Amino acid sequence: MWTPVSRGRWHGRALTVWATAAAHRGLLEPRRTPSRGAAAKSRTLDRLYSSADRKEKIDMSRFSVENTRNFSIIAHVDHGKSTLADRLLELTGTIDKTKNNKQVLDKLQVERERGITVKAQTASLFYNCDGKQYLLNLIDTPGHVDFSYEVSRSLSACQGVLLVVDANEGIQAQTVANFFLAFEAQLSVIPVINKIDLKNADPARVEKQIEKVFDIPSDECIKISAKLGTNIERVLQAVIERIPPPKVHRKNPLKALVFDSTFDQYRGVIANVALFDGVVSKGDKIISAYTKKTYEVNEVGVLNPNEQPTHKLYAGQVGYLIAGMKDVTEAQIGDTLYLHKQPVEPLPGFKSAKPMVFAGMYPIDQSEYNNLKSAVEKLTINDSSVTVHRDSSLALGAGWRLGFLGLLHMEVFNQRLEQEYNASVILTTPTVPYKAVLSSAKLIKEYREKEITIINPAQFPDKSKVTEYLEPVILGTIITPDEYTGKVMMLCQARRAVQKNMMYIDQNRVMLKYLFPLNEIVVDFYDSLKSLSSGYASFDYEDAGYQTAELVKMDILLNGNHVEELVTIVHNVKAYRKNVLAKCYGGDITRKMKLLKRQAEGKKKLRKIGNIEVPKDAFIKVLRTQPDK
Amino acid sequence: MALPGARARGWAAAAKIAQRRRHAEGARGSSSRAPPSSRAALYVHWPYCEKRCSYCNFNKYIPRGVEEAAMRSCLVTEAQTLLRLSGVRRVESVFFGGGTPSLASPSTVAAVLEAVDQAAHLPADSEVTLEANPTSAPRARLAAFGAAGVNRLSIGLQSLDDTELQLLGRTHSARDALQTLAEARRLFPGRVSVDLMLGLPAQQVGPWLGQLRTLLGCCDDHLSLYQLTLERGTALFTQVQWGTLPAPDPELAAEMYQEGRAMLREAGFRQYEVSNFARNGALSTHNWTYWQCGQYLGIGPGAHGRFVPQGAGGHTREARIQTLEPDNWMKEVMLFGHGTRRRIPLGQLELLEEVLAMGLRTDVGITHQHWQQFEPQLSLWDVFRSSREVKAQLAQGLLLLDHRGLRCSWEGLAVLDSLLLTLLPRLQEAWQQRTPSPVQGG
Repeated sequence: MWTPVSRGRWHGRALTVWATAAAHRGLLEPRRTPSRGAAAKSRTLDRLYSSADRKEKIDMSRFSVENTRNFSIIAHVDHGKSTLADRLLELTGTIDKTKNNKQVLDKLQVERERGITVKAQTASLFYNCDGKQYLLNLIDTPGHVDFSYEVSRSLSACQGVLLVVDANEGIQAQTVANFFLAFEAQLSVIPVINKIDLKNADPARVEKQIEKVFDIPSDECIKISAKLGTNIERVLQAVIERIPPPKVHRKNPLKALVFDSTFDQYRGVIANVALFDGVVSKGDKIISAYTKKTYEVNEVGVLNPNEQPTHKLYAGQVGYLIAGMKDVTEAQIGDTLYLHKQPVEPLPGFKSAKPMVFAGMYPIDQSEYNNLKSAVEKLTINDSSVTVHRDSSLALGAGWRLGFLGLLHMEVFNQRLEQEYNASVILTTPTVPYKAVLSSAKLIKEYREKEITIINPAQFPDKSKVTEYLEPVILGTIITPDEYTGKVMMLCQARRAVQKNMMYIDQNRVMLKYLFPLNEIVVDFYDSLKSLSSGYASFDYEDAGYQTAELVKMDILLNGNHVEELVTIVHNVKAYRKNVLAKCYGGDITRKMKLLKRQAEGKKKLRKIGNIEVPKDAFIKVLRTQPDK
Repeated sequence: MALPGARARGWAAAAKIAQRRRHAEGARGSSSRAPPSSRAALYVHWPYCEKRCSYCNFNKYIPRGVEEAAMRSCLVTEAQTLLRLSGVRRVESVFFGGGTPSLASPSTVAAVLEAVDQAAHLPADSEVTLEANPTSAPRARLAAFGAAGVNRLSIGLQSLDDTELQLLGRTHSARDALQTLAEARRLFPGRVSVDLMLGLPAQQVGPWLGQLRTLLGCCDDHLSLYQLTLERGTALFTQVQWGTLPAPDPELAAEMYQEGRAMLREAGFRQYEVSNFARNGALSTHNWTYWQCGQYLGIGPGAHGRFVPQGAGGHTREARIQTLEPDNWMKEVMLFGHGTRRRIPLGQLELLEEVLAMGLRTDVGITHQHWQQFEPQLSLWDVFRSSREVKAQLAQGLLLLDHRGLRCSWEGLAVLDSLLLTLLPRLQEAWQQRTPSPVQGG
């Protein structure tokens, strides 16, 4: 998913040469080289020589299952997750303490503005405690619900989590969402209250919040300052004491879960795996339960956080595996790998990521179409959660309809297109996937099902042919200082939200839960919430399925600005060739005329502006500036 | 049913006459002096196929067994009924389409033609086309269709690449296609058309042009090029949607079209319509009727027609659609003499919109004379002369408006649909603003 971003940061894949990424990366890796350019170059060389040639291999057999722990850190943005990770890596000797691994603002502009983190990292820590060698695998998760799919797949390789909460800000919306993901996965949760060194820190209040909201006794909270390194050892001890070792067996045949994968242009696919049973080593013949294809393992190893080859990987351990897979689709995330002739029951796998926000994307100039096409292809090679459908618009010519996990996902994608590929695009107002239950037998035959999903509002089936329309809904969590409660509730009501719950998490903070139609939050909701609460309210959401949409509302939606594109420029004649090429004989005339008239009608609606210069960030601006409905 | 011997021989002779005759004047003029309302083309829909093609969303069925005798008698009945309702006295062309009409018996074809000639007049030189799929042993069957009265073949060749044919779900091979084409030319010299598709998933320009070049070496005087349209509900659409096949690239398709039409022009073919090419005057008169908004009757399940039901006292042109499902259609024909499911009266503006959109698909476009037949008051000049947007299209050389009429240039023909997005609203506007014409005094 966002692996290109995170890999850029952690492993510096040659694929991602991106100015911003260069500034981000390197935090958690040894700083071997003085300048960025040189760093990128040396990493490229690393790719040319297998890392196996340079480093002595680690014998992983000395880490027994009993001495292995797999865990994640989950936190609201800026509550100190990355700093804590730095300290843990230093303390275990994974990275050098003297190199001053100071937490810098290593975030994308969009992350800072939106208050979210997008990253997924893995590192194996070697730690001595009471004379025992422990292997602690830190499997990091992206911090936002757009990526809850990745969070859940990272968590599936863990037995416990560190839940980091800021001693000053207390529990925020994202803390809640992340906690419940871990809770549902039945993981041990270790609450960690960070930033106790701050002047306004109130760890006692946060302890009470944790007790009230998550039902965790306050004496289980570990109070730390990741910045100063206070109490970090206690965190490691808690990981060993409170998180159980994985329940796995070395003696059983190999059963490995692919929980992430990336593409390296020199070595092919690098699959991150968690071993549930057995052993894997170089030369083994393995089979993908999903594709049934057989591969020979070329390299196995651990991530610390760079790839470090090992002789073998054993049950309970987490690492990577390279086996001549040519394309990320071959290393399906959630897939189970097993040994040739030793088939095992595959692990349950993951629900595939469902795009929830759609937008049309068009080149500003049609002559840029092919460049943009190749940029989109390159970006999606490592992010299979972006869905791509070719589309053409009356006003904007040939383009695509892209599906994203959420708004942030979309913005990051757009930003990367601009920054990495210098591509200028027009994105249309985001929309959500609606469903329609068809009543027309003819349409059911065409679509081959009764309930269809519509990702482009322009393709809505007519009301007369539909029993009901369904729209996606989400369960939103808002945490706000109580003085803003009134305003927040009014905002939610204006967005057709239904209140599900309201509780005080301490004397002056309120947690509200609302069921929102997704389309009400895809444009501008977050900004409105932030501005009416002077930035204090936090918001997060989770998927809550579909509900019947009111037809009246749907009419307004369809006749309103959602149907047509946001920005209009004079259409490019070239884009319509394809309609002409279709043959047209007697039976086609009615259909042809209908189509032509509908298009002509659409064209009339568009205001012609002439050959305007569309600013690169037209889309992001619209997300901000569109007035509330 | 036995082949009506004498009549069939008569048809065979007529077909030969038709083959010798060349449409020297092109398909434009009509040889008949009869008023337009008493003339029509006839479309006959045979709804069955052997196998479902992966791209086709036409009204077709894979039968377990066709009751051909019943089908035949229903087609005959419906032809008789609609000819009576329309008051048509002269049928100038017949087109057997489908489905796969070459799976029908030649005797069925003969029976329909016989009925048409009895109910109205079917001149000996009328164009009678049959859509035929390539097969491995075509000769005897094609000859039998010729004897039944067919004098023109349209071969659904689609591709000369076996992999592509497989992708399309066709039952034939490239070899079958070439063999069928050769046999067809021997039996119907100068009267054979082939269809070639472009813009298939993963298809590249170079190899496709290679196919076209091969085809030029062995084809007759008529060719149709058309782009694959992914239709919802087809296997191909599903495969592309699920990503198991790459989506066809519209840019490549546009390139194939441009290069293809240039190659055909070079080879002496006239592009007389957006997707149709002919040399030696071998235009299809039947299809020409569609583009000139002539009358046509449609019989068979799901067939479309457009005519004035004069025989029933009507004065308004109607769009008519027959019942889709063969079984229901047959029941209705047996009960009521026809299976017309919908009749939609066409208003004057709607008719003019069709005249415009269909006429511009042809190279001659819409002549002033042609337009006047449909609209005597408001001339093409009146409608389009003053529009700024139309002027821009004229200035770009995409459109021509002169003493002959309104038509697309060579370049304009390839982008007609986008031109129509300007022309159609302009026509609507002019229609609404027209001064009500004074009632014509007698």
